[in-house]
Amino acid sequence: MNPRLLPYVLILPVTLFLCLFFLYPFVLVAQQAFSDGSGFTLDNFRDVTSHWKFPISLKNTFLLALAVVPIQLALSLLMATMVNRMKRGRDLILYIWTIPLGISDLAAGIIWLAIFEQSGFLNSMMGGLGLIDSPTNFLSYQSPMMVFVAIMLAEVWRATAIMLVILVAGIGLIPKEYYEAGEVFGATAWQRFLKITLPMLRPSLQTALVLRVILAFEVFAVVQALGGTLFPVLMGETYEYQFTLLNAGAAAAIALIILGISIAFTLIIMRALRVPKGATI
Amino acid sequence: MTAETTDVAEVGANTRKAGQYVYIAAVVLLCAWVIVPLYFLLINTLSSPEAVNSYPKPFIPEFDLGSLTFFANFAGILTALKNSILVAALTMVMSIAIGAPAGYALSRFEFRGKELFRLLILLTRAFPLPLLALPLAVMFIRVGIDDTIFGLALVHTTLAIPFAVLITFSLFSGIPIELEEAAWTLGCNRLTAFQKVILPLVLPGITASAIFAFVISWNEVFAAAVLTIENRTLTAFLLQNLDTSPLHLKFAGGFILVVPALIFIFAVRKYLFAMWGIANR
Repeated sequence: MNPRLLPYVLILPVTLFLCLFFLYPFVLVAQQAFSDGSGFTLDNFRDVTSHWKFPISLKNTFLLALAVVPIQLALSLLMATMVNRMKRGRDLILYIWTIPLGISDLAAGIIWLAIFEQSGFLNSMMGGLGLIDSPTNFLSYQSPMMVFVAIMLAEVWRATAIMLVILVAGIGLIPKEYYEAGEVFGATAWQRFLKITLPMLRPSLQTALVLRVILAFEVFAVVQALGGTLFPVLMGETYEYQFTLLNAGAAAAIALIILGISIAFTLIIMRALRVPKGATI
Repeated sequence: MTAETTDVAEVGANTRKAGQYVYIAAVVLLCAWVIVPLYFLLINTLSSPEAVNSYPKPFIPEFDLGSLTFFANFAGILTALKNSILVAALTMVMSIAIGAPAGYALSRFEFRGKELFRLLILLTRAFPLPLLALPLAVMFIRVGIDDTIFGLALVHTTLAIPFAVLITFSLFSGIPIELEEAAWTLGCNRLTAFQKVILPLVLPGITASAIFAFVISWNEVFAAAVLTIENRTLTAFLLQNLDTSPLHLKFAGGFILVVPALIFIFAVRKYLFAMWGIANR
């Protein structure tokens, strides 16, 4: 075969596949959102945004992302630096810490349900310690704060691993000489972290944050398992429109709103953490 | 004077020792943070339905298979389990079969449009892909593959393909092209050289990325719930019955979701960091 054509032949299946199942659905979803069967309309967006649940689910989604992502960033940075100086047991510890990476968001929600439900382990523990007389129902409309905390903990538990893996891989790429030089010039561990690790880690931080923030706006199954309708989020509303209300146009409109938010945040993160040309390792 | 310096040295040693203890305590604590919730799920799974719904909870499993038997006998759940496995297996095969050639092309050839192609792959990361299930649901009805295992596997393949391409790209890049060239001089053509020299070397890595694709599909909730009605996967089944199913069914289901993930992450742990480290450049 002509060697100049070979690479194109090899990438053709992926390109076709992604055009058909990634780019084309975007056109379709936009079509669905902006039409009512006869022509162009903004009715779907008007319907969706004027619904009383919309501002609440928008607020909830943002609040959750705002609470979860910074914690995960700090936690994964801490874990990555701890692993980096580990001599014995590194593989075992890393395996344990990355276990949640393979766990579905639905399973994570169910796991934390085991802790927070009325006859669950948190109540059993507090009862066992004599802190409470009878089990309280944490996941009810009377305690919205607890519902939020439960969902937040489940999200931190589940999705910190994905950032950890990216950051550990990134730290592994930083040349050891930089740290040795830092030590020679008397930099403390904290200074080495601030002046060497963080700046050199920029590309990995960028990827980790983009992935994580997009996942945060997609939050769905964890919320369904723990809060159900108590804590409406955007993705849950999409599902609701599609299934319970059988309104595909409205579902598409919310989908487009989530897409817009995701793209906006991706651009912001890419811009804020951009790597100067020629500064890669 | 001498006393003073030994004092200082002693204080230094003490703080270092204290720091060591804090470090070890933090590692143990973070391991517990990951493992304890999983342990709670295990207790619930290995307890009788009565124990699961009772209060206070035991902190040691009673090794009763009541909940798991209930799970296995629940109408439709074994079919859902079978569907989950089939969709994940199909996803695994399709994403590697379509993705690996592109990974090879990216690592071995310089061609026009290479950057554009990489951009297309990376672009998929900046979008909440499960949302694309909404327009695809309509498209699938038109084509006649709505509510089928194959249709859902197509969407899951879209999720897995970017990873398959980037991981295989990094695997092939790790093998010196000289090996291939040597095989050509010894009478192999491109295809036989690939079969006899490259394939054996990358096979373990390809297996790892195939397992990764399997887990992505196994864990996916939203698209599965949107695209399947009669042929639901396990995640879709559990999600749609969250309001009505008893606690012991949820926990047993969550456990069944978690187990393969644990095994898979263990199986690919060697590749996890190499895969992510290079795949994210």
